[in-house]
Amino acid sequence: MTSPLPVLETKHAGPAPLFRRILLQGRYETITMIRNGEQLILAIILPLLALVGLTVTPLLDGLGSSRVDIAVPGILALCAMSTAFTGQGIATGFDRRYGVLRFLSTTPLGRTGLIVGKILAVLAVLVLQVLIVSVVAALLGWHPRPEGWLPGLCLLILGAAAFTALGLLVAGTVRPEATLAITNLLWILLGALGGIVVPAERLPALAQNIVHFLPSGSLGQSLRDAFLHGTVSLPYVVVLLLWTIIPGAAAVRWFKWN
Amino acid sequence: MRSPESPVLTIEGLIKDVGPLASLDGKMLRVVSGLSLFAERGQITALLGANGAGKTTTLECAQGLQKRTGGHIGLLGEDPDSAGAGLRSRVGVMLQDGGLPPSARPIPLLRHISGMYENPLPLEPLVERLGIDTFARTGVRRLSGGQKQRLSLAAALIGNPEVLFLDEPSAGLDPQSRQIVFELIAELRDAGMGIILTTHLMDDAQRLADYVYIIDAGRNVAEGTVAELLSHGHDAMDGITERTLYFDAPAGLDIAGALGSEVTVTESRAGSYSVSGTLTPQHLAKLTAWWAEKGIMPVSLRLEARSLEDVFLDISGRDIR
Repeated sequence: MTSPLPVLETKHAGPAPLFRRILLQGRYETITMIRNGEQLILAIILPLLALVGLTVTPLLDGLGSSRVDIAVPGILALCAMSTAFTGQGIATGFDRRYGVLRFLSTTPLGRTGLIVGKILAVLAVLVLQVLIVSVVAALLGWHPRPEGWLPGLCLLILGAAAFTALGLLVAGTVRPEATLAITNLLWILLGALGGIVVPAERLPALAQNIVHFLPSGSLGQSLRDAFLHGTVSLPYVVVLLLWTIIPGAAAVRWFKWN
Repeated sequence: MRSPESPVLTIEGLIKDVGPLASLDGKMLRVVSGLSLFAERGQITALLGANGAGKTTTLECAQGLQKRTGGHIGLLGEDPDSAGAGLRSRVGVMLQDGGLPPSARPIPLLRHISGMYENPLPLEPLVERLGIDTFARTGVRRLSGGQKQRLSLAAALIGNPEVLFLDEPSAGLDPQSRQIVFELIAELRDAGMGIILTTHLMDDAQRLADYVYIIDAGRNVAEGTVAELLSHGHDAMDGITERTLYFDAPAGLDIAGALGSEVTVTESRAGSYSVSGTLTPQHLAKLTAWWAEKGIMPVSLRLEARSLEDVFLDISGRDIR
């Protein structure tokens, strides 16, 4: 004989506090991201391979005194794109397909809590990426300008915000298979030609004119400015802000939950 | 229509349009058109209808997952469209497609969801009761349909809700899971939970529901207790009710010839017969005498009164949607 469940016996106590709900969701999404093998390859392995590749080949020669100093800011920008755009976009797309977004939005977490939880997870994974890339880069002889760290980290967060907004916009409006294709393709295209790891001056003439207006180019270039020269270029900040606000508003408007 | 005593859900004149749809030349499609119902505390209220009747849309409007086009919805006295975490913590939802992340494992997932509530149900008894401990280490992706449904039910219950929505709870359930799930649902009802479920299976409604709304083309076309619906369209005074006799015997027998034209005889599969209509003891005598004369002994024999399915088909028409 099974014993009855203690349902409704206790006075209903309501939802857990908002702060706890969001932290829980952020933790859950972070663990899910880290446990996903494909996401780890995209978030950690490929950026590290790119870092080593740029350090041992003469691709960046002539742009400054040290290959690794020029390479690392772009790799950090690539990390933000991996996690916030491709990784988070694909995960959200499939969560939408499987009804996870709908189910969780019926719990006390709600839609807002769900999105904030995802943003927290992106930030948490980004912190891990920055730590790992910095350690490997230091071993390769990276010497960033100390005054570059504060603006650099702020720009990374802003870049992650822009890529999160873009990822959510894609994931919320097309089928998950299309999200997979679009975000992976853009990762490769923007990674190679978007001014993110390869500075604009080393790109084909046509790309040079465009990349400053792309989130990839503005994040890569502004991080190089910060870590190489300790400067912040306002135009890039404005471009990144626009890439956050416009796709963010579009996602709020057109995101489909089912 | 009955009047509400302690309603957990009231829906009045619900209208829901979806679209614009390319298949309708860019016009909107009215999925729910003027549906009204209410659900009581301590009762199981079933929305019964064919696929596409608007059951899921109705539930999703009540859960705040879809915004309604018109009408009024009160869920525990609040409007679900502007519901906050407080209302959501009192309502448990089991979606038709589960809503569980494929990469998750059952126990960590339930523990995570329970963290969203200040005072959730203890995990152990729920897990044990629904038999989740037998597949606790299997990822959601590899669970069977019945296991997924049981996990979804646990996820809907972990917050100890006052209202429970179940969209097609018996879909994909093997007989064993079905037994576990149905027993638990009945027990929750007895404990005072208000349960609203949808189903296209008459059997579910017949076994579980205290009150049934038959939904067709986005509106409620009939309602009542199962007993009330079963007596629908019958003259209670003369005591005659329609019955159907099912039996399996050698194929190709001329049963209609033996019984005459007052009853309808069909052989749905070779050797699988049903005789329906206003059956009398004389019909049975005639049939068994005919079997005796021919030396036929049926393999199986079953007599059933009118089923909810007959009522449903009477009301919503026999056309296939």
